[in-house]
This record gives sequence, structure tokens and C-alpha cells, in this order.
Amino acid sequence: MKLCRGFVRLALGLMMLFALPAMAQATELEGVEADRYQGMINQLRCLVCQNQTIADSNAPLAQDLRDQVRTQIQSGRSDAEIIDYVTARYGDFVLYRPPFKRSTWLLWGGPFALLLGALAIAVSLMRRGRQRPVSAAVDPDRLRKLLDEESR
Amino acid sequence: MIPELGHFALLAALAVALVQVIVPVVGVVRARPRWMEVAVSGAQAQLLLIVTAYLCLTWSFITRDWSVAYVAANSHSQLPLMYRISAVWGAHEGSMLLWVLMLAGWGGAVSVFSRRLPRDVLALTLSVLGAISIGFLLFILLTSNPFDRNFPVPTDGRDLNPLLQDPGLVIHPPLLYMGYVGFSVAFAFALAALISGRMDAAWTRWTRPWTTTAWLFLTLGITLGSWWAYNELGWGGWWFWDPVENASFMPWLVGTALIHSLAVTEKRGVLKSWTLLLAILAFSLSLLGTFLVRSGVLVSVHAFATDPARGVFILGFLCTVLGVAFLLYAWRAPSLVNDAEISLISREGLLLLNNVFLIVAAAAVLIGTLYPLVVDAFELGKISVGPPYFNAVFLPLAAPLGVLVGLASVIGWKRGQRGELVRRLRWPLLIAVLTSLAMPWILHRQTQVAAIGGSLLAVWVMVATLEGIWHRLRNRDNRWRGLIQIPRGVWGMSLAHFALGVWILGVTFVSLYSVERDVRLGPGDSVELSGYTYTLIEVQGYAGPNYDADRASVEVSRDGKVVAELSPEKRRYRAQGSVMTEAAVDHTPFRDLYVALAESLEGGDWALRIYYKPMMRLVWLGGVLMALGGILAVSDRRYRLERAEQRSRVHSVEAAA
Amino acid sequence: MRVRYLAPIAVLIGLTVLFVFGLGHDPREVPSPLIGKPSPDFTLRVMGSDEPYQRSQLLGRPVLVNFFASWCAGCKVEHPLLMELSRRGVEIVGIDYKDTDAAARQWLDKHGNPYAKVIADVQGTAGLDWGVYGVPETFVLDAAGTIVYKQIGPMTEEAWITRIAPLMGAH
Repeated sequence: MKLCRGFVRLALGLMMLFALPAMAQATELEGVEADRYQGMINQLRCLVCQNQTIADSNAPLAQDLRDQVRTQIQSGRSDAEIIDYVTARYGDFVLYRPPFKRSTWLLWGGPFALLLGALAIAVSLMRRGRQRPVSAAVDPDRLRKLLDEESR
Repeated sequence: MIPELGHFALLAALAVALVQVIVPVVGVVRARPRWMEVAVSGAQAQLLLIVTAYLCLTWSFITRDWSVAYVAANSHSQLPLMYRISAVWGAHEGSMLLWVLMLAGWGGAVSVFSRRLPRDVLALTLSVLGAISIGFLLFILLTSNPFDRNFPVPTDGRDLNPLLQDPGLVIHPPLLYMGYVGFSVAFAFALAALISGRMDAAWTRWTRPWTTTAWLFLTLGITLGSWWAYNELGWGGWWFWDPVENASFMPWLVGTALIHSLAVTEKRGVLKSWTLLLAILAFSLSLLGTFLVRSGVLVSVHAFATDPARGVFILGFLCTVLGVAFLLYAWRAPSLVNDAEISLISREGLLLLNNVFLIVAAAAVLIGTLYPLVVDAFELGKISVGPPYFNAVFLPLAAPLGVLVGLASVIGWKRGQRGELVRRLRWPLLIAVLTSLAMPWILHRQTQVAAIGGSLLAVWVMVATLEGIWHRLRNRDNRWRGLIQIPRGVWGMSLAHFALGVWILGVTFVSLYSVERDVRLGPGDSVELSGYTYTLIEVQGYAGPNYDADRASVEVSRDGKVVAELSPEKRRYRAQGSVMTEAAVDHTPFRDLYVALAESLEGGDWALRIYYKPMMRLVWLGGVLMALGGILAVSDRRYRLERAEQRSRVHSVEAAA
Repeated sequence: MRVRYLAPIAVLIGLTVLFVFGLGHDPREVPSPLIGKPSPDFTLRVMGSDEPYQRSQLLGRPVLVNFFASWCAGCKVEHPLLMELSRRGVEIVGIDYKDTDAAARQWLDKHGNPYAKVIADVQGTAGLDWGVYGVPETFVLDAAGTIVYKQIGPMTEEAWITRIAPLMGAH
């Protein structure tokens, strides 16, 4: 059943997905509000689509959400309030910027922790090199240089 | 008959692949040269057979043979010839065939161009490639046979996905797969080195040109994919961090790291085990990408029709191949001893840092791509990880690479002089600082920290790279002669680094200064955006070969002078009823004017989306120049001589050791 | 064999476990954050009339709230099961999502009407508040009006028996 539904959605999605969204009323917002609107719809995910923002999709649900964002901006709601509004209904899945919470700290912190770890290893490698005298009978640098010259 | 011939060719290729794996390995174990030679003829026979299968499928597409299920699903009687040929890789089954074709192509190339390698190394390398081929041939034959017949035969095909009916898509997948699959050669060399125990720097010499070649194709493929998405998807974006994009970007990052660490290992005999690991990793990520895109575990813009059985097969295969590779690595690599030390102020020190940042950046992309799956697996809910995350995390990890590029062009191997570093780089730094302060202001009358930072990095990379070239000419009487005498390898490196600067510049400006607007226009109406006036002249319908379209003509003028006539279209493909947006773009090196036609509104008005995108072209120009750098590097005379001398050198290295 | 050389294998095993899990799951199914919360408030009208219908009318007994539409393919798939459930006395309230009354009327005449009440959500506003992202979707409400379960996609015999029936105290 899951597959069947997936197929139905996919078929629907393909039919409309890559046509540009309806935007008949898009000119109503001006200035800062228009920028906020663009910023907001470009980081909300369209749930029925493959992987698109609600700005780029013309699925009816994306249209509804765009309308919601627009009216809420017009009625003076803050960005945080609008995000609360959509996540209360659809969960964190709609946010392309995952919120920072316990389940995502590895996501946000992981890469930087890895960087620190990798830098530490790299630095220790270079330290170790400095302390240990080169003890090879054949100087590998000279050998290599000779080989390089030979190949020129 | 033709489809059966193709099917038979695949079966025969599988049989040949089995021979190509088993006989040479036995030959190596028993030291029988004739048995090892089988690897060469096996690789070539396999290439021949897979080319045959591929041509058979192409023939079925050209002749509109709807009795072949795959053809019927992905072509149509009205589909133009060019797209009937490219439709071969338009969906899962055929693109897998393209995959094995590429693999066989690389194997065939190795068998021709590396004949002078030590016999056992060549034999092992080709049998590793053969083993990979077995896996994918089995996959095609068991789960995704493109030659399956259809009964009853439909009267017409269901048409190629309209998204793929674009010239960009005719060349993008082959290039991408060339690169993607090309890392299998480095992988096979690394495995051959691990199996045979010849893990000395010699294998890095043999691997370098192959890796660079695969890398340059991947670079072109990714660049072209981005260009296609920009034109075809209609939302003016050139990179969305979609899983399918990440799947090709991760091997690119690791492949780039591999190119650099190969240089270090070859020149200085250090980082040996690390370089081996990278060679395995680059191809691992290619396999991983294949799995991600085709298994349906992630939601992607470009998901192939997914089937859990296929996912299970690829996963099993991936685990087998990588499990063996990593176990071999864990067994052999600890015995490797570095020939020298690494100091921070040296080219190898900087390249080590380059590897750190590239690999961590690749890991960040992997983490972001897979994290939704992790969260789901631990039942912590469903999340999405999209562009805001990747931009926030990737940029700080990648930016230091730009700083390093500038330094590395100036600093020498072994131990550099701090004094020289400062002396040679103060001018590039000064130029970069002044330019970056001025440029955003001059071009856009508005500046911001990010724009200064991005331009600083870009100009720094470019100027420092030029300084590297200039420095090589400093003592020459005749500078022009000097230019010619610079080895192509150095030219290639410099061009690729310069291209990185071009790319950074493009990304900086297009990300920070793009303007986007959704407008409603009737015929004769105008709207102004970033100094350009867009006038909708008219919208007319016309009939294409397999679609009906509305075509708008939009006149763009600036200061009263017409600069462009744009014709964005909205097409409705008849067979599937899908609607596609064909954006129209007018471009100069410094800006793109992008118009997409959205939909018709009441009263004869149309909704349009308009973008002004400064320096958009530089992003792709950067990619193309990088690939050109790769071409220059592999055409270096050293490699050509290398081939001629390989054999004798191998003996002398062995004698020395 | 030093331990750090085994790190790649460890990562591979971890990823494999993750992917085995992933192959068994639909990444497109988004669980509702509304489960365990009171059902959203709404005031709509009964289809084909001006009679208002509010949230309060759903209280007092367990109820199935089924979002459907005449244009929805998956709804046809689950329809026979809904008919069967209504015959067994399960109260199903249908919310006709983004549809016209006439089209829905015709659709119900053709396929049968399993609903105790059909409510028209022409604009899809209730759908938005309930976090509907693709019909059909079915919510299970307890007597206090709390959402205790959400079936995404067509209702299935299996989901009814294993998940929903126990929650509704039905057999």
C-alpha cells in the first residue's frame, strides 16, 4: 500500500512538480516584508514534493502554505511565530534548517568536532615527525629526486 | 532479436568477468604469467560485449521497439532522435547499463595504457575491476534488465521524462558517470597494491593520471548538472544540496583530496596508508551514491523509480566490496612506514591540512545527507536537512581551503621559509584586500562583510596562483620561453587553482546579490528589476515535436536600450501530460537575466518569475577551467614518458629498496 | 593490526545497519506532531447545506475523522474498507478536502457513503490546521477529542485491526 501511495504521489508530483508555482498574488508584499516572505518560503519544505521548497513547488499544499506565510507576515507575525505555526502542524520536517535541539546536536556539532579531531591528528603527525630523526640508510629524498630527474 | 542479442551480450560479459577475476588471481598466486595475461584480454573482451549490449539497447530505442519494456516506458514515437539515443540512460535500467559500460571502458583503457605495469599489478588491478563488474552485471541481469520484453506490445511508448529532454541532459550523465565510475581505477590500483604488498610509492605514480582523469570528468559532470538544473528546473537555483547532488559531490571532494595526497605520497613518501585509504574511499562514495539514489532510502528530486529489492542488492554488494577492501586495508596498511617527516611550513604540511578540510567537508555533507535517516532510525521524529544547514556548515569548513591554495603555490616541499612566504605573498594579499574592499561597492553600490570575505578569498587564490607562475619566470632571460618551459602539470595545477578563485567569486556574488521577483504581467506591461526593464510583448502558443507550448516574448531594456529578447516557455508534453518550465536566460560574464513563465492568469495576464543573477557564469566557468586544468595535468610529458619507462623504473625502485 | 585501521570497517558496519533500517521505511511518511494533542478547532459547514459543524460535535465518543476528496486516487482504494467499517457501526466523519460539493456528492453516490457526516473544507483550511499533506488521511479521536492516531494514506485492514480498533474500543 505504501508503494502504491508513493506511486500515486509520484505521478501527481511529476505532472506538476517542475512547472513553476502559481503566484498570482505575489506582488502584494513590498520591501522588507517581501524579503521576509521570500526568505521564509525558501526554507520551508513542501511535504508532498520530492525535495523542494514551497517557493519552488506548485503543489496545492505549497500554495496554501505560501498564502499562510503571506497573510501571517501581513498580520504582523514574527518569523519565529510563523515557524511555530507550521511546525505545530507538520513537525520539524518542514524546516530545511533543522532546529538545534538534543536530537540534532550531532548534526550541527558533528562536523566541527570532526574538524577538531582531524586537526589534532594532523598536528600530532607533524610534531612526531619533527621529534624523530630520519634514520633511513638511503636518504629517500635524494632517491626520489634522482628518480624525478630521470623521468624529466 | 536485437534485444535478445543485447541480453546475451550481458550474460557473456558476466561470464568473461568471472574469468577475468579468477584466472589472473590464480596466475598471480602460482606465478604464471600467461594466466595473468588473461586479465588484459578479459577486460577488452568485456568492453566489446558491453558495448554490444549498449548498442543493442540504443538500436531498440532508435527503431522504437515498444516490445522492449524499458524502451516503451521511456520513449515515444514523437521523441526526436537525439533524445531517443540519450533516453537509453533516461531511467534506472539503462543508466545502470551506462554505469557498467563506463566501468568496462575504464577497464579497457587500463588494459591498453598500462601494459607496462608489472604483470602481477596489472593482473590484480584488472581483476578487481572485473569483480566490480560482476556485481553490477548481476544486478542488471537479476533486478534491472533493460531488455525485458513487454507483452502485449503497447502501441506507443510512455515517453521520456520531459525533464530529461534537454541538451544538457544528453551529455551530463555520461560525463558524470565517467568521473564517478572512474574512481574505480584508483580503487583497483589501491587494492592491487594491498593484495600484492607493493604499497610503495610506485602505485601512486601509476594512479595519478587515472585519478586526475576521473576527477576532471566528474568536475565537468557536476558543473553540467548544475547548469542543467538552473535552466530546466525553473527555480533559478544552481545547487540545492539534494541527495542526488551530494551523491556526486562527496566523491568529488574525496577525489580532490586524493589527487593532493597522491602528490604528497609520490613526492615525499609520506601519508602512504592515508592515500591508500582515500583511494578506497573515493570509490566507496561513488558506490554509496549509487545506492542512495536508487534505493529510495532518501527523498530526492531525482529519485529513480525505486524498488527495495534493488536497494538490498546494491547494499549487499557495497558491503561485500568495501568490507573486503577495508579488511585488506586494516591487515596491510599498518606495516607501512613513512619515509620522511612532515613539517607544517612545507607543501606537504599544507597538503595535509588541505586533506583535513576536504575530508571533513565531505564528512559534513555525508552527515547532513544521512542525518534524517539517523533521526528516523532512533525514532526521534522526521527532520529535513537542506540548503540552510549545508551552507552554514560547509562554508566554514571549505573556506580555509582557499587560504591554503594561496600559500601552497608559494611554499616548497620539505621545509619552507617563513620569511620567503611573507615576502612573496604580501603583494598578493595587499591586492586581494584592496580589490575585495572595492569590488562589491563598485559593482553593486552596496557592500557587506560576506561579500568582502568572499571576494578576498577569491582574489587571494587567483593572485597568489599567478604569483606562483610569475615566480617560476623570475630568473629567465626570456619570459616567453620560460612560460613554455613550465611543465604542463604545473600549468594544470595553477589553472585548477585559479579556477577555484573564479568559482568562489561567482558563488559569492550570485549568492549575495541575486534578486528574485514574482510578477504578474499582461501583454505590454513592464516591470523593473535591478535596473533592467522587462516588458511582456506577447504570449503565443506553438506545437513542438512531442509537446505543446506557450512561448512568451519578453523584451529587456536598460536605459531605454533593448539588451535582450527572451522567450521563456511553458511546455505540456502530450504523452504524460506533464508541464515543464523552460526558462530563458540572457547572459554576459557578469550577470544573468533569467525569466521563467509560470502560468496564465485571468484577463490574459501571465505570472512570471524574474531573476537578476550577477556573475552566475563564473560558477560554471570555474568548473570548466578546473576540468581544463585536469586535462593539462594529465597531458604532462612526465606521464607519457612514464609509460615508456615504467617498467625499468619499477625495477630500479625495487633494487634501491 | 592496530585498532585505528579498523575504523573504516566500523563506519561501514554502522552505515549498513542504518541503511537496512532505511530500506524498510518510507522516507516520505511524516508523523503528525498533533498526536496526543487536542484536535484543532474548526467551524465548517456540512456538505450540501449551510448547517455549521464544529469541533465540539466530535466530542463524547471515539470517532474516525477521514480527510478525502473526489479527485483523490488513494481514497478510492480505501473506500470499500470504510464502507465495511461503517456497516459495523464505526462512526466516521468525512472531511471533503479542497473539493466542490457537487463533485463529492456525485462521488459518494457512485461509491457509497460511509460517513455519518460529511463536512466541506473547500479552502483546505481545516486540512492545514490538522496537518494534512496528502489525502486520504485518517485521524483517530478519543472521547475527549484528543488525536490518538493518524493513518497516513489509505486505511488498511491491517492498520484497522492492529492499531485503530483497539484505540476505539471497537471490534
